[in-house]
Amino acid sequence: MPKSYLRQSALAHLHLEAHAVEVAGDAGVDLCERPFRGQLVLRGDCTDNAFRDAVQQALGVTLPVEPNSVTNVDQVSVIWLGPDEWLVVVPDGHEQAIEQELREALAGIHFAVTDVGDSRAVIGISGPHARDVLKKGCSVDLHPRVFGPGQCAQTALARCHMLLHQVNQAPTYDIYVHRSFADYIWCWLEDAAQEFGLAIIAQAPGASAGARAPESEPVVPA
Amino acid sequence: MLLIKCPWCGERDAHEFSYGGEAHITRPENPDKLSDEQWADYLFMQKNAMGPFLERWVHAHGCRRWFNVRRDTVTHEITAVYKMGDRPPERTA
Amino acid sequence: MSQQRNRLATGGRIDRTRPLSFSFNGKHFEGYAGDTLASALIANGVRLVGRSFKYHRPRGLLTAGSEEPNALVQLGTDAASEPNQRATQVELFDGLEAVSQNCWPSVGLDVGAVNNTLSRILPAGFYYKTFMWPKSFWKYYEHVIRKAAGMGRAPESPDPDCYDKMHDHCDVLVVGAGPAGLAAALAAGRAGARVLLADEQSALGGGLLGRRAEIDAAPAAEWIAKSISALQAMPEVQLLCRSTVAGYYDHNYLTIAQRLREGSDPGRRCDKPRQRLWKVRAKQVVLATGAHERPMIFRHNDLPGIMLASAAQCYINRYAAKPGDIAVIFTNNDSAYEAALDLAEAGVTVVAVVDVRTAAESPAQAAVRSRGIEVLYRHAVVAASGRRRVSAAKVMALDDSGESVSGAARTIRCDFLCMSGGWSPAVHLFSQSRGKPSYDASKACFVPGQSVQAERSAGAARGSFALAECLTEGHEAGVAAAAAAGFQRPGRPAKPPVAAKVDEAPLQPFWLVPAAPPGAPLNKHFVDVQNDVTAADIALAAREGYRSVEHLKRYTTTGMGTDQGKTSNINALAILGQTLGADISAVGTTTFRPPYTPLTFGTIVGRDIGALADPVRMTPIHSWHVANGASFEDVGQWKRPWYYPRPGESIQDAVNRECLATRQAIAILDASTLGKIDIQGPDTAEFLNRVYTNGWKKLEIGRCRYGVMCGEDGMVFDDGVTTRLGEHHYWMTTTSGNAARVLAWLEEWLQTEWPELKVYCNSMTEHWATVGIAGPFARQLLSELTDDIELDPKAFPFMTYRAGTVAGIAARVFRISFTGESSFEINVPARYDLALWNTLMTAGEQYGITPIGTESMHVLRAEKGFFIAGQDTDGTVTPLDLGMDWIVSKQKDFLGKRSLARPDMLREDRKQLVGLLPVDPQEVLPEGGQIVTDMDQKPPMNMIGHVTSSYYSVNLKRSIALALVRGGHKRHGETVYVPLENKVIAANVSEPRFYDPEGKRMHA
Repeated sequence: MPKSYLRQSALAHLHLEAHAVEVAGDAGVDLCERPFRGQLVLRGDCTDNAFRDAVQQALGVTLPVEPNSVTNVDQVSVIWLGPDEWLVVVPDGHEQAIEQELREALAGIHFAVTDVGDSRAVIGISGPHARDVLKKGCSVDLHPRVFGPGQCAQTALARCHMLLHQVNQAPTYDIYVHRSFADYIWCWLEDAAQEFGLAIIAQAPGASAGARAPESEPVVPA
Repeated sequence: MLLIKCPWCGERDAHEFSYGGEAHITRPENPDKLSDEQWADYLFMQKNAMGPFLERWVHAHGCRRWFNVRRDTVTHEITAVYKMGDRPPERTA
Repeated sequence: MSQQRNRLATGGRIDRTRPLSFSFNGKHFEGYAGDTLASALIANGVRLVGRSFKYHRPRGLLTAGSEEPNALVQLGTDAASEPNQRATQVELFDGLEAVSQNCWPSVGLDVGAVNNTLSRILPAGFYYKTFMWPKSFWKYYEHVIRKAAGMGRAPESPDPDCYDKMHDHCDVLVVGAGPAGLAAALAAGRAGARVLLADEQSALGGGLLGRRAEIDAAPAAEWIAKSISALQAMPEVQLLCRSTVAGYYDHNYLTIAQRLREGSDPGRRCDKPRQRLWKVRAKQVVLATGAHERPMIFRHNDLPGIMLASAAQCYINRYAAKPGDIAVIFTNNDSAYEAALDLAEAGVTVVAVVDVRTAAESPAQAAVRSRGIEVLYRHAVVAASGRRRVSAAKVMALDDSGESVSGAARTIRCDFLCMSGGWSPAVHLFSQSRGKPSYDASKACFVPGQSVQAERSAGAARGSFALAECLTEGHEAGVAAAAAAGFQRPGRPAKPPVAAKVDEAPLQPFWLVPAAPPGAPLNKHFVDVQNDVTAADIALAAREGYRSVEHLKRYTTTGMGTDQGKTSNINALAILGQTLGADISAVGTTTFRPPYTPLTFGTIVGRDIGALADPVRMTPIHSWHVANGASFEDVGQWKRPWYYPRPGESIQDAVNRECLATRQAIAILDASTLGKIDIQGPDTAEFLNRVYTNGWKKLEIGRCRYGVMCGEDGMVFDDGVTTRLGEHHYWMTTTSGNAARVLAWLEEWLQTEWPELKVYCNSMTEHWATVGIAGPFARQLLSELTDDIELDPKAFPFMTYRAGTVAGIAARVFRISFTGESSFEINVPARYDLALWNTLMTAGEQYGITPIGTESMHVLRAEKGFFIAGQDTDGTVTPLDLGMDWIVSKQKDFLGKRSLARPDMLREDRKQLVGLLPVDPQEVLPEGGQIVTDMDQKPPMNMIGHVTSSYYSVNLKRSIALALVRGGHKRHGETVYVPLENKVIAANVSEPRFYDPEGKRMHA
């Protein structure tokens, strides 16, 4: 059984904790890695009531059918990725149990659920200039009139694919990028944030998409 | 930079999309029964229209869905966006 | 330091408490904050600012804005140096260093000026006519001509500054912050729209900054200040000055080049970008881009000291800098009268206003006359004289027709001359938006025609030059644009700002001052001063048959260069029209293309340079490879370990060692870049049947199968192993470089042709890290690290899969092999990749475990004859060409099958994959080497194929290669040749399998 300290987040090699400040100060932009967030991809037909009901029953969250929207209850968020595709974000260590619950609830329905927890690195960005940093590399309109908390977009950031989720009004955003691009996009963000003043924030592993600390201790998968 | 309205994600810059050529070319049911000419026609021949043109796009950097577009190849004006399997909407004057 | 002898004691928008020192052409001067380099030069009495491009004639400032054709300077030194900067746009800063371009050794003594003397033999098209014969010599001519011409120097070392980009969106983009633009922004902002107001100048106000006007019964400066505070108080309004809207593209996409600071401030960290390129998508655009004043075309009209009337007015009013003491004004319209009054007010002696029109009663003319300024109606300045600066104007009376002059010439002494030939709306962005400008004969200018995109023009940009009109039109455009974007001001409509209506006498179009005496050459009547194009050149081009304005432009070079003819184009095409006897509207304009003013490359590139030029994709254990001295290879955007040299080892040494270890002990390979796709659904087997060439219906759970994918054209585009994990659950692998493409290919067919198939595909490439172990000790090592996977070959045979734990980590283990050895591909979640790798390395030490890179992997697979899609295939190779008939189903349909039955696919002389064994086993063929059968041929030889992969195999103790050879399958045993520059390598054609052809080792 591997110990949890043996696991490596996507940005572990940067040793961000060594540069981190404890609490957010007056920097224009705060950046952090949100490591080990549980992520499942769910596929299914959202026009099928049985599918929607079963998902609701398993997750306790209404499936978002509105494009580019996110629903969440407690520790579980469901992010719209496409008309038949969602990212279910769960606390660290809860992936397997939730996957199992989904499988049981969806028995007999055509669906797919896949653990992709290590597919994407998650980077949190907040602060008064967070939006300006994103605007440097993202052509989606992020103005509050158009894009707000509870909304998401799959688009490009600089030269790589990004799933963006606005978490709160602050604004705080979660940036999901494929793990192999994490180093590139972190360096890009640091560079883009320089002119506004940058602080790297220490982040507890596994915090959920609702930006709250996990209630239980991380569980290492069997 | 064209602005293309994904039927799901809404308006996005063209760089999020990939082009898929002429729309409504259906793969033949029984390719083995086609003459070489008929097969070549399916495989290679596209209308290359000057003016309104029905074509396929995929929102590659977004929801990854394929859809159809009616775009004027001269002015780039996009007059219709509709889902795979749908027929193009009637043209309004 | 020289005195600012032409600086007025009061007035202007400069800060006299903040003196700034700068140098121009090596001489030191002083100016003030708020100056441009141009205004500071005027204040210091500097007239000569540059030399013209072709004749190297001395030139001075013509304008006060971005349309300046003459005052091009090289700014700064060394790496941060920037060429082609317009002195009229460069804001003065302390320590600024600028030099004139296009003159050597100095602007005062310029060797190239000999061209001026030769100008009679350098007419339009001279370069085209002279340097084209013999044709092959152009490359030599070009070198010399370019050196002599030159438009400044490009810095030779990397730009030390940082540049940036920003995307933005708005409801209303207002271009230009003159009276119309400010009024539009105010109106749209008050309606609640998101407004972006961009202006190229350092301050908002546009043309108002250089004029003494009144708005809302107060000085314009007060209205500007009030407007700015009002706009700043609106949270949804963004004001960008120093920001040139450079391009107007499809679907209301515009680019804005913003200058964040003047001068260089090196530092790679991007905390102080120098410029920022904005990419803006606007729902509505208001073009309030103003107008450019036109010069008058008379003999020697290019002398320093001859400038546009509005420019002189601007230098006086905005910068308190006097272009001279004694002025002559030459005009065909009333706007120059306002300039005359401002000059007189500032203490300039205006000796005469020369007006081509007959006397008319307009307030401006009356005011000038009542000041005692002589007005010479129905007269023209026929020539200017002076050396290096104007010292007198020669004035003659015009005939009734206006086409010739007569009577005695009168010489009027002056030290500067202001001219106004009317105004041309800046229709550049309108034209870029695909709108067609149309000619308005009453205003003698091109105005925007019908809109093509969601834009509207207002004020001078659409030919409404009077201030009162600019304000109302701007206001109305702002209201309309906001409404079109969905914003209407609640309550009563806002009132537009008001300026007094001034009656003006109409302008009289006047394109070319007649020669004096009649018939004299027009070869010093300059039309385009940047490119030294004269009225004579245009007439010559017309005589030689050039009718199209686009051809005229290219033949004479009029309208080319850094200014793109902003002050000259309309004059040039009017003169062409006159020469051809055609109406100016029929001549039309040349195409306006972006950028509006030149951009520096840094602005276009932004921060996509150095490490950020392109993403580097890293596997989860990249840092281990770095720490262990790997050399890396780029595979797409991935960095993959290529080989792991030990101290003193060459690449061949390292690869030999790695290859031997694989066959004799155990190798470990980072294979995480392998594409992995999770496929679920009851129709998966049917789906695989359609996309792979072989059959998939009978694959049992837990078993793996190799497959080849073709395009509909029958050509191989990827291959890989797919495993059945469960009843309706499969795991597909793809080549590293094709992972995204294969997933997109699968999705395309599922969504567009086969939506009825119940199949979902998900990329797993990044979630699962893959570590391959291969070699005689691989099973032994694995057995030490797992207790829930039975490893006996009977229990876990080749091409099967087991789930279990390895080193305590939940893993998916596959018995598949690319090296031909007994191997295991162990997949674990990426977070545990390093833990697994380290455990394997430690536990494997006793077996001599050796990390191998992609080079060794390629050698080992070539020994087995396994092709690599994209290396041994190139999009023209079918599975049959690869000799893989066994994998092509005859029973079922699959993508590409029909193409394989085309006659061309059945030709026996198609290029087919073969092995090559060099006759000299130490000789390694170069990849890409062309293959021939007969060395006695004369070139061009008949080439029958090429080498696709070639290596030295330490295991076989000889060189081996794979090749595509015409009719290759029937050539086994033949000797072929690869002719190289200095030798010929002979090789024997063989089966493409060199090692363990029965596959005993990988099955073991």
